Amino acid sequence: MALLEIRNVSRRFGDFLAVDNVSLEVGAGEFFTLVGPSGCGKTTLLRMIAGFDQPDTGQIVLEGKNLEGTPPEARNVHTVFQSYALFPHMTVEQNIAFPLRMAKTADDQIKPRVAEALEDVRLADKGKRYPHELSGGQRQRVALARALVNRPKLLLLDEPLAALDAKLKEQMQLELIELQREVGVTFIYVTHDQGEALALSHRIAVMNHGIIEQLDEPSKVYGFPKNRFVADFIGTCNLWEGTVTSAGERDFVLDLDGIGTARAIPNTTTKAMPQPGQRGCLTLRPEKLRIAADLAPLPEENSAAGKVHDFLYLGDVTIYIVNLDQGARIEAMLPNAASGRTRFFEVGDPVKIAWRVDAGHFIDG
Amino acid sequence: MAGATRSNSATRVSRPLLGLSLAVYLFLYIPLIVVIVYSFNASRVQSGEWGGFTLDWYNKLLHNETLLNATLNSLIIGVAAAAIATVLGTLAGLALHRYKLRLLPVLVLAPVAIPEILQAVSLVLFFNAINLTLGMVSIILSHVAFCISFVAIVVRSRLQGMDESLTEAARDLGATPWQAFRMVTLPLIMPGIIAGALMAFTLSIDDFVITFFTSGPDAATLPLQIYSMIKVVVTPEVNAVSTLLMLLTLILIIIANKIAPSALQAK
Repeated sequence: MALLEIRNVSRRFGDFLAVDNVSLEVGAGEFFTLVGPSGCGKTTLLRMIAGFDQPDTGQIVLEGKNLEGTPPEARNVHTVFQSYALFPHMTVEQNIAFPLRMAKTADDQIKPRVAEALEDVRLADKGKRYPHELSGGQRQRVALARALVNRPKLLLLDEPLAALDAKLKEQMQLELIELQREVGVTFIYVTHDQGEALALSHRIAVMNHGIIEQLDEPSKVYGFPKNRFVADFIGTCNLWEGTVTSAGERDFVLDLDGIGTARAIPNTTTKAMPQPGQRGCLTLRPEKLRIAADLAPLPEENSAAGKVHDFLYLGDVTIYIVNLDQGARIEAMLPNAASGRTRFFEVGDPVKIAWRVDAGHFIDG
Repeated sequence: MAGATRSNSATRVSRPLLGLSLAVYLFLYIPLIVVIVYSFNASRVQSGEWGGFTLDWYNKLLHNETLLNATLNSLIIGVAAAAIATVLGTLAGLALHRYKLRLLPVLVLAPVAIPEILQAVSLVLFFNAINLTLGMVSIILSHVAFCISFVAIVVRSRLQGMDESLTEAARDLGATPWQAFRMVTLPLIMPGIIAGALMAFTLSIDDFVITFFTSGPDAATLPLQIYSMIKVVVTPEVNAVSTLLMLLTLILIIIANKIAPSALQAK
């Protein structure tokens, strides 16, 4: 049985439908992420699970029990807020002891459990400090310790890393994964950062306009986006619109707008062979494109020619923006893996691109 | 070096503006300084001559039954009015913050803007209508009426500066609404409540207009007593008692400002 079930939940604010008939299940011990642009309904959904808001219709069921009418304090669910929401008038120890005191834990048990929680987040020496005396990363860890100290069934995290700088963020991501594995508590994580969603989660629900566009493992969401929104929102993606000209046994031929003719394989999920005349979209990740000054495409490759419009040197990789001769603008990624000084293409250089027939993911319609 | 000089000259105040602000400050503070200085003047006449330093007038104050009585009245009224207004004003501030109704702020905050004389007259009429004899009780009720708004403003501004998710976090971690209020909200708005209480006390202690209208024949407060004294002649005792009153007010304002810097801005 799933730990948490969301059944046909909707929530409307005036004219705005924040959550539109959403259903999903989260299993025990899972690291589940709701990702989407701001206003997609992910935070509203989280607040309804926490009990700060109620669904207009539908049910939220935790361990088989309908949570309707259960106030936040009676739910075995804790939240890590974006602002951390540490009580400024209490020390770190008092903050972490708060949920234990509310749960009427015996006094002689509170001390060791607070100490243990501080140990878990490696802040054993900071117990007597006040929140304002801590760094952002430390506050984050106190918020985690406080929310986990009496082992809730479910931990909700609302963009907990949004306020941290990039370096600290990556470190905290690793700590989060480790912490979740150690304590075994189910995490539901809300973020607008698709990279974070991919890095942390067992499963991701991509939300937009109050509905779930796709719910799957990170590699499936990235590799086989269900529609144009998911392809575009998760990672960087070339979206090439085109018309099917002929269909074969295992692949088909497309006339891609502004690019030219290319062979492609049917949608990996539906496996439906498109019919000639049908429109569709070929999604292709920049790292799946080969880019070279001159190249002879292999038999299983498509190719096109163009000129470098611009490039972004990112250290590990370089992103090239290429204007194809046929008119389209595409993005290709080249790893800077060669030893010695990497040779770049300059702006205006003529280049050729090539990609395998099965490199793209075709979206019907 | 050159850079530093330039930035200095950029922030330098122009001479005419400096002169003007000095003149304004002198106009504001010279009368107060005169009162303080003359409270230590040994000469009885107020003609301006200096008769040497003395503490006689302060000593005389201690033996002036009428003034002491008025002071006691003022303190009783101030403490009672501040206590009641703080409780009611805090509740009003919480309500203003929680319920975003359009009419509520107007109703709670209007007394700040209504002319005092108008409030005074309406209170007298009200007390007559309910057959309440004018005296200490009517003064306290009147002071409560105009202090509530000030307390509410300070408490609300304190709440507005508070992270909304703190209360939610308390609930989330197992606190009932009442526990969340008592253990998180209340301690965090306490500086605002204390500042509001001090302000209410200050406003009550030196109120004249409303007190004048709502006091009975035998419930004179300090400001009323001072007024009746200077109607006859300005005695140095008045200077002394005014100086003390000024000192008390100043201390309270400074404390209030220390506790909640936004309190005085709200006023």
